[in-house]
Amino acid sequence: MSVGLRAERSGRRLGRANLSDRVFRWGTMLFALAVIVVIVLLAYELTRSARPTLLHFGWAFPVRSVWDPVHHQFGAWPFLWGTLFSSLLALLIAVPISLGAAVFLAELAPPWLRNPVSFLVELLAAVPSVVYGLWGIFVLVPALRPVEGWLGQRLGFLPLFQGPPYGLGMLAAGLILAIMILPIITAVSREVLLAVPRTQREAAYALGSTHWEALRGPVFRYARAGIIGAIILGLGRALGETMAVTMVIGNTPTTSLSLFSPAYTMPSVLANEFAEATGNLHISALMEIALLLFGVAVLINAIARLLLWSVGRGAPRGVRE
Amino acid sequence: MLRTAVPEAKVNPEARTAHPPKIEVRGLSFYYGRFRALQNVNLTVRECQITALIGPSGCGKSTFLRTLNRMNDVIEGAHSEGAVLLDDVDILRPEVDVVALRRRVGMVFQRPNPFPMTVFDNVAYGPRIHGLARGSDLEDLVEASLRRAALWEEVKHKLRHSAFDLSGGQQQRLCIARVLAVEPEVVLMDEPASALDPISTLRIEELMQELKENYTIVIVTHNMQQAARVSDETGFFLNGELIEFGLSTRVFTKPADKRTEDYITGRFG
Amino acid sequence: MTVPATSPWNLRLVRRKATNGLLWVGAVVATAAALLPLGMVLYYVAAQGLSSISLSFFTQLPKPVGEAGGGMANALVGSLILVGLASLIGLPIGLLGGIYLAEFGNGRLGWAIRFTADVLSGVPSIVIGMFVLALVVIPMGGVSAVAGGCALGLMMVPIAMRTTEELVRMVPMSLREGSLALGATHWRTVAKVVMQAAKGGVITGVLLAIARVAGEAAPILFTAGSTQWWNMKVTEGPMSSLPVQIFLYAGSPFEEWHQQAWGGALVLVTMVLILSVAARYATRGRMRIVR
Repeated sequence: MSVGLRAERSGRRLGRANLSDRVFRWGTMLFALAVIVVIVLLAYELTRSARPTLLHFGWAFPVRSVWDPVHHQFGAWPFLWGTLFSSLLALLIAVPISLGAAVFLAELAPPWLRNPVSFLVELLAAVPSVVYGLWGIFVLVPALRPVEGWLGQRLGFLPLFQGPPYGLGMLAAGLILAIMILPIITAVSREVLLAVPRTQREAAYALGSTHWEALRGPVFRYARAGIIGAIILGLGRALGETMAVTMVIGNTPTTSLSLFSPAYTMPSVLANEFAEATGNLHISALMEIALLLFGVAVLINAIARLLLWSVGRGAPRGVRE
Repeated sequence: MLRTAVPEAKVNPEARTAHPPKIEVRGLSFYYGRFRALQNVNLTVRECQITALIGPSGCGKSTFLRTLNRMNDVIEGAHSEGAVLLDDVDILRPEVDVVALRRRVGMVFQRPNPFPMTVFDNVAYGPRIHGLARGSDLEDLVEASLRRAALWEEVKHKLRHSAFDLSGGQQQRLCIARVLAVEPEVVLMDEPASALDPISTLRIEELMQELKENYTIVIVTHNMQQAARVSDETGFFLNGELIEFGLSTRVFTKPADKRTEDYITGRFG
Repeated sequence: MTVPATSPWNLRLVRRKATNGLLWVGAVVATAAALLPLGMVLYYVAAQGLSSISLSFFTQLPKPVGEAGGGMANALVGSLILVGLASLIGLPIGLLGGIYLAEFGNGRLGWAIRFTADVLSGVPSIVIGMFVLALVVIPMGGVSAVAGGCALGLMMVPIAMRTTEELVRMVPMSLREGSLALGATHWRTVAKVVMQAAKGGVITGVLLAIARVAGEAAPILFTAGSTQWWNMKVTEGPMSSLPVQIFLYAGSPFEEWHQQAWGGALVLVTMVLILSVAARYATRGRMRIVR
């Protein structure tokens, strides 16, 4: 039983007027409930503001490709495409690197190296999005142009590498997103790996496993759910990233398969168009995109958190689940 | 100085030569950093016998056991002096391949630690990584190992179930089967029954008696009755030193050293 | 074992060892690859930004294009004001909510709150901005620093709540029981004893929360807006901030403004870095950072 309940009940039994404790309990609860209120209100507000387009376009909205404010034609597909493509690209790049770094930090690094390097990886997460965007525009994109040119020449027969090498576009966005989600995947995976009981490793070593075999077998089995949770968390972050992506993705609503093509993500269109949105339908369409984004982000995060909680990485110590 | 000055003549000389030395430990000292955990240990583990190591907590018996399959390598700052000869090869030398060593010298731990896999995959893990068998041969090997661990009848319908579905005693026998599957020569057991209920403990002890026909067994235990029951030879450790070593029948009835006697009669530890 | 070369599984062993070695190499390479971007970004920010830093950068307002000089004084002050407002709004909710979770939150409701807080921390910051837009800006009739503070404050709540909860839980039961046994009420126990014990960690949590929101631009775009002028009225009119200013400058076609953007980035990164180092230093070995 928690201390709070214990204190309350003992007080009541003694007949003391436990007003201050009751106030304490209900008062703090009110504040804690704020998060639930916010989420519910958020969903409500977005839905309410998106009502015009929800009614007008219905289920077709997420799959329509036309985005023409002047003629009141709206469809979210290009932005969904941009968001999904860039996020998945980021995952593809970031996951191998993150897992490799997590293995290094959890298993292989000598103790004196572990903390400093972990800290450095976490610093990646501390750098603000706009700074990544700034670096992206002025350093990454110019550097990508010759690379894209080369790729286009050699591998241009693949749809992935077609089109003029602007530099600004999906590849740049995917790279920057990968950098930004690296730290969270690494940090959570590292914790999950560290949480695997020593006895499991010992059993594997005692049977004559190499380090890799122990890792690949029992350790990974144990850590699997948590690592998947970490990856999904990273995906969640990538989906919602606004500033850095807006600055390097080109902001053109296309749905090309090419990595070189400029594109548009849901957060980016919100950031760019909202200030000058004309007309109720336009605003409503943007709100519906926000609603879509909110829904997807909540879903992904919920799945990730549930996975992580199932391996005991999400709930704080002492909580009995 | 080792006080095994028990006249060998009291023992049946035939029995001696039927169990040649398997592991010879010479002048073994072991350090965790600056702390000396073992001091100048000399003993001989004989083939196809059960050798028990007893002593109070912290006396170094587990450390000693773990030296025999170099599990102490994973500990930072651990180093040793002396030699441990397995069939005349010193396994403490750096050029020895621990991966191959641990196939020949297996270990069962205090708490059952099955992998988060099926019963079958647990037993098959060792053979798979060492490439010992595949396909139907592997299935035969798994069945044979489970039989040898006296577990087959209980799990033959549960091979594809998670190992965690088994009871504590069954899990420990599963861990034993897992070790047997790599076809070791020596099986080390670190207090294998201390986490189990009395009935499971008895079964493990029976199992040990069966196993010693084919495997050399070294067991660490704090349960003296158990040591007296199952082992052929016993060593008594105290503060990192091997105080006494010899036939169990003698050590438990007429110990040569007073400290051994004090421990056995329960005056300390 | 020094296995004789003629043994049939010697080759297999070599192969296994080689694979193991590859793991090592791969992990090291991956770690280097992970740290490389950090180095690059920090290097460029420092290299490009240093030339923009001068006294006038910190004291002057932006000048129109074509005129030399000018600074980001209003953005710097604006960021401070916004973060201050955010802390005022978000920290009390987070702290008190975290205390609730730690002291009373072992049941279903606690689970639900905890889960929701985690989910809330994953909501994209721009969506939070639009939420505050609908709830605060529109009723108020325009952007304001208060609205920006609300948006940032909302983002601080989950971090503050979870960090506080974790830290308060870590205070040993014996401490609380000692206080209760003396007849102190529960809330007194928490306020005096528990919070004293958790003080250091709570400060760390605060630093982390601030570091997180100080660099955010997306939620401020529609709530506090941006301006080139001073504006000290927190309830009326746009409030300039460092991240938004950097964003606007970077997107402009003017080279001077690009330079200013780098300078602003340098200041911002330095601030955030110092906060992060301080937070990490304070929790070394004690707890894992809550995400």
